[in-house]
Amino acid sequence: MIIKSLDPRIDRAALDDESKVGELSGNEHFQTYEVFQQVKRGTHHQHVGNVHAPNAEMAMLFAKEQYCRRGAAVNLWVVKTADVFVTEYQDADIFETTEDKLYRDPNSYKVMDRINAFKARTSKV
Amino acid sequence: MEFTEKHVEGLKELLYKMADDLLIIGHRNSEWTGLGPMLEEDIAFSSMAQDKIGQSLALFELLHELGESDPDTVAFTRNDNQFHCSQLVELPIGEYDFSMVRHFFFDHAEAIRFEMLADSVFEPLAMVARKFKGEIKYHTMHADIFMQKLAAGGEESFSRMQNAINETFGLALGMFEPGKFEAELIEAGIFGGEAELQQRWLDKVVPLLESFGYVVPKVESTEPAFGGRHGVHTPHLQPLLDEMTEVFSIDPGADW
Repeated sequence: MIIKSLDPRIDRAALDDESKVGELSGNEHFQTYEVFQQVKRGTHHQHVGNVHAPNAEMAMLFAKEQYCRRGAAVNLWVVKTADVFVTEYQDADIFETTEDKLYRDPNSYKVMDRINAFKARTSKV
Repeated sequence: MEFTEKHVEGLKELLYKMADDLLIIGHRNSEWTGLGPMLEEDIAFSSMAQDKIGQSLALFELLHELGESDPDTVAFTRNDNQFHCSQLVELPIGEYDFSMVRHFFFDHAEAIRFEMLADSVFEPLAMVARKFKGEIKYHTMHADIFMQKLAAGGEESFSRMQNAINETFGLALGMFEPGKFEAELIEAGIFGGEAELQQRWLDKVVPLLESFGYVVPKVESTEPAFGGRHGVHTPHLQPLLDEMTEVFSIDPGADW
């Protein structure tokens, strides 16, 4: 073990001249993990970004600092990006909906009338 | 129980060594900013270094309430022989093996010290100890996972980490150098003492390191690096202080 800094600004005492700095080989990166953050217990985990990491535990460590340092969180999921099954953008047309199917939209439901009627009834009590 | 003069002196001594340890390790670890092994770790390690500075500030504020100068003056106007940090924290960051082993040894000691202080009869300190519980838990979690993964990271990784453990163990034992008022602090219920802290630390770190596959040196055959607690330091501390106090020395009233 050499107690000598890798940073030329740091090692001012120069007690050890036998410095050997490790080399990085190639342009290798770790795999990525997708990060999902839960802000409050009971709510959905939301995708917030990704991190590079050699394994899931370290992905969790990094995700905590990258994404939860300033904001509140109660739980984290990290999922290997490669494990996420994704649709192809060329198949994006599967999500298209035709205009004559508006009856499928939730705004077609008449339930709001009944909810408002219930609220009006209970607020009088 | 009414605090006597000795209790207050002991309390101040305790606060000074804790605050100085945190200030100096925070400054040292921040030297990795921009140089970390990967971006994510650079951010995590830098963020923890910043946490340490924040923790030291909380302790310097307690000292201020006990009649010492304000935190900036205390942090930036002393020379090395007036610092009470252990020699472990003042050494240069070296390579990542040393910095990681130091982080592991130091943060487990800090976690246990704060755990012991959470029940201190000196309530302001107990409150500080409880406040940082979660923050320190992440720090030890980070250290544990790195120590474990690097043990399993191949022959070079393992031997460098094992070597760093061997070299750092005596320095780490230096953290537990007894103060002048151990008996008073224990008797008053302010702090359980360095001997108990060291034992609890050994009970924690030794089985943990062994479970990762490392061999831990024996306490009996290791010379603890004492001296730091009463101002005896390595030649590495003063240059660090010179750099840390550079702006303050030019303009003590600087505001930004």
